[in-house]
Amino acid sequence: MSVLLLLAPFALLIVLNVLPRSTQGAAWAVCLVLFVLQTAAAALFPFAVLDWTFLAPINEAVGFTLAVDNLGALLLGTAGLAGIAALLVGRATFEQPRARFLFSCLLLVSLIGMNGIAMVRDLFSLYVFIEATSVAAFILVPLRKGKDAFEGAWKYLILSAVASVLMLASLGFFLLSAGGVSFDAAAAALAAPTPFVWAAAALFVSGLFVKGAMVPFHGWLADAYTSAPPAVSVFLAGIVTKASGIFALIRLAPALIGAAGPAREIILIAGAVTAVGGAFLSLGQADMKRMLAWSSVSQMGYIVMALGGDPSLAVLAAGLHFFNHALSKAQLFANAAAIENRLGTRDMDRMGGIAARMPLTGGTSAVASLSIAGLPPLAGFWSKLLIVLALWRGGEQVFAIIAILTSLVTLAYFLSLQRRVFFGTVLPEWSAVQEAGPGFVVPALVLAALTVIIGIGFPFLLPFLLGGGA
Amino acid sequence: MTIMTIILVLMVMAALWASMTSILLRATIALALASATLAVVMYSLGATLAAVLELSVCAGLISVVFVSVISLTQRTPFKDMLKQRRDRLARYWPLPLVLVAGGVALSFVHAPVRIVLPLPGGDGDVRTVMWTLRQLDLFGQILVLLAGVFGVLVLFRKEGKDGA
Amino acid sequence: MALEFPHSFWLYFIFFALLFVDGLWCMLATRNLLRVLIGLEILMKSVTFFLIVAGYLSGRMALAQAIVITVIVIEVVVVVAAAGIILGFFRTTDSLNVKNAREMKG
Repeated sequence: MSVLLLLAPFALLIVLNVLPRSTQGAAWAVCLVLFVLQTAAAALFPFAVLDWTFLAPINEAVGFTLAVDNLGALLLGTAGLAGIAALLVGRATFEQPRARFLFSCLLLVSLIGMNGIAMVRDLFSLYVFIEATSVAAFILVPLRKGKDAFEGAWKYLILSAVASVLMLASLGFFLLSAGGVSFDAAAAALAAPTPFVWAAAALFVSGLFVKGAMVPFHGWLADAYTSAPPAVSVFLAGIVTKASGIFALIRLAPALIGAAGPAREIILIAGAVTAVGGAFLSLGQADMKRMLAWSSVSQMGYIVMALGGDPSLAVLAAGLHFFNHALSKAQLFANAAAIENRLGTRDMDRMGGIAARMPLTGGTSAVASLSIAGLPPLAGFWSKLLIVLALWRGGEQVFAIIAILTSLVTLAYFLSLQRRVFFGTVLPEWSAVQEAGPGFVVPALVLAALTVIIGIGFPFLLPFLLGGGA
Repeated sequence: MTIMTIILVLMVMAALWASMTSILLRATIALALASATLAVVMYSLGATLAAVLELSVCAGLISVVFVSVISLTQRTPFKDMLKQRRDRLARYWPLPLVLVAGGVALSFVHAPVRIVLPLPGGDGDVRTVMWTLRQLDLFGQILVLLAGVFGVLVLFRKEGKDGA
Repeated sequence: MALEFPHSFWLYFIFFALLFVDGLWCMLATRNLLRVLIGLEILMKSVTFFLIVAGYLSGRMALAQAIVITVIVIEVVVVVAAAGIILGFFRTTDSLNVKNAREMKG
């Protein structure tokens, strides 16, 4: 399956660009089908029902060293879901067929990049696919030209490039100390660390922190998310930043922390500072997308913090929150896109009582907000619970308490969003507003439904996840 | 002072000139010079293919990109430029001192370093390695290049037409 | 190569560090977007130099070269994308001043 996940979207991309112009209008639909297929394949992966042995000759011919495990399948499925949401919102927000076509193509490039990130076994290949995803992302941000979009894209590009420099320097140190850059070589080196190995690990983690917008490298994210076109924000917040920075941290954390030294403390502190900082920065925002952007920073801090907890729970907690955040944040950005589309503004202070005019948008946004804040019986409750448990059982009671308190701040800013935008009486200027079109509502409903289903069904899922190992 | 040290010093001097000069076109030329000296260094250390690529791509292609962008963006009027030069000198004058001082200070460091031993049969030829061991990276390169093509399509078209 | 080149880590590391600091300073102290890009280029040069040195000192030149070749390709694409963003920025604001690119509250 692994080779297919790289080659199929690639083949589709080539085909789409070779066909005549007149077919470009349907491109997004074909991409949608591909994303749905990928999500289905990823969801079925743990059950090993699909037989891919017919791909063996391709595997041999091409010679890629790839492997799919449960964590990789998580990324594959999440990328698929986020892509579906982004394509639907994109269909509704990009009026020009050419813009829609370029959007679909760049989304395909990102998908191949993220599939690569999910499946590689080598630090340098990881870097290459992270770069591919990042380049697609900073071309997506200024897709609709505008001063803010260029500024957001520039900040993203510069910080991303600095992160790349840090990761490459790290690879140099790995070459010197381990003689190779594969995951196995790095793990072996971390088992017997020398100063060079420490330098390598520190540099690589710093690079990932920048890509994942951890404090103090968070400066680019809010501008990039806010200024990007609505569908791009859905995709960026839903999966891209998590895939390019946080996912690699989840993969590498066990090896890093196992190597003793300050790795665990650094991860805990960085995660905590990011979670708290992002939460407080969300409180004062008037622009809806900007508040959601800071909220994303905060939640990614949670994911990283989880990695510092009890090793038997850490990866599961981090992975689950990774998935839940993707569901809810993609959905919230779809809601924000719907509101921006119907109201023409993102300024929350000018809104009020929208729930009466746009009930579906309001309802789904309430579900997502409560899920991220960690209320039962929604999916987010379980991932927050697991994070707190992982920290508590790992002996980090202080950080567990920080996580709980920050959840309260999270609840506060989401309630503020709900109150300002949806509750209250409808302001006269919005009295003629209609519910948003299907392109916005369908992804919101699907994602919200998933959040509820996973939330209610999680206790049945948990033994299977713990037994099978995430 | 071996030849290698001299070439390396030249490389840093070119990079320093690129930072210090206030005229962008000269900075581009300085950057190309730094790339050229880096290519020479790479070649001497035995990285022949990388040196060729560094020379042709970094010293050549990237300079062309820079010069195009410089020519497409407005020039500042002359009187502003003199004021600008004084401003930027205030921000940049410590740089050469920091570099020289840092270089001299670091040269006294003699900590032992443990480097992994070379492989007994040698590493192999870069071409073989690239085509038989690192195909995934080649695929990734093609992917990034594709992204770049779309980038050009998105970013370099003027407003109007079908407007994205 | 007929000439003998030093096999000492610290000699090469000094120059890597010098280039790195130069590139970083250039990126931070400038007010012009294009010069930020030049600083970034210097940074990338420093790191490609370090990778080649790492390959030389550890005897894994083939792997190091494979990495550097890929990195150079990616570097070009990033520079072209950055140039595109600068052009777009220039066309909408008619200036290349970094101060104008710091208006969003971030």
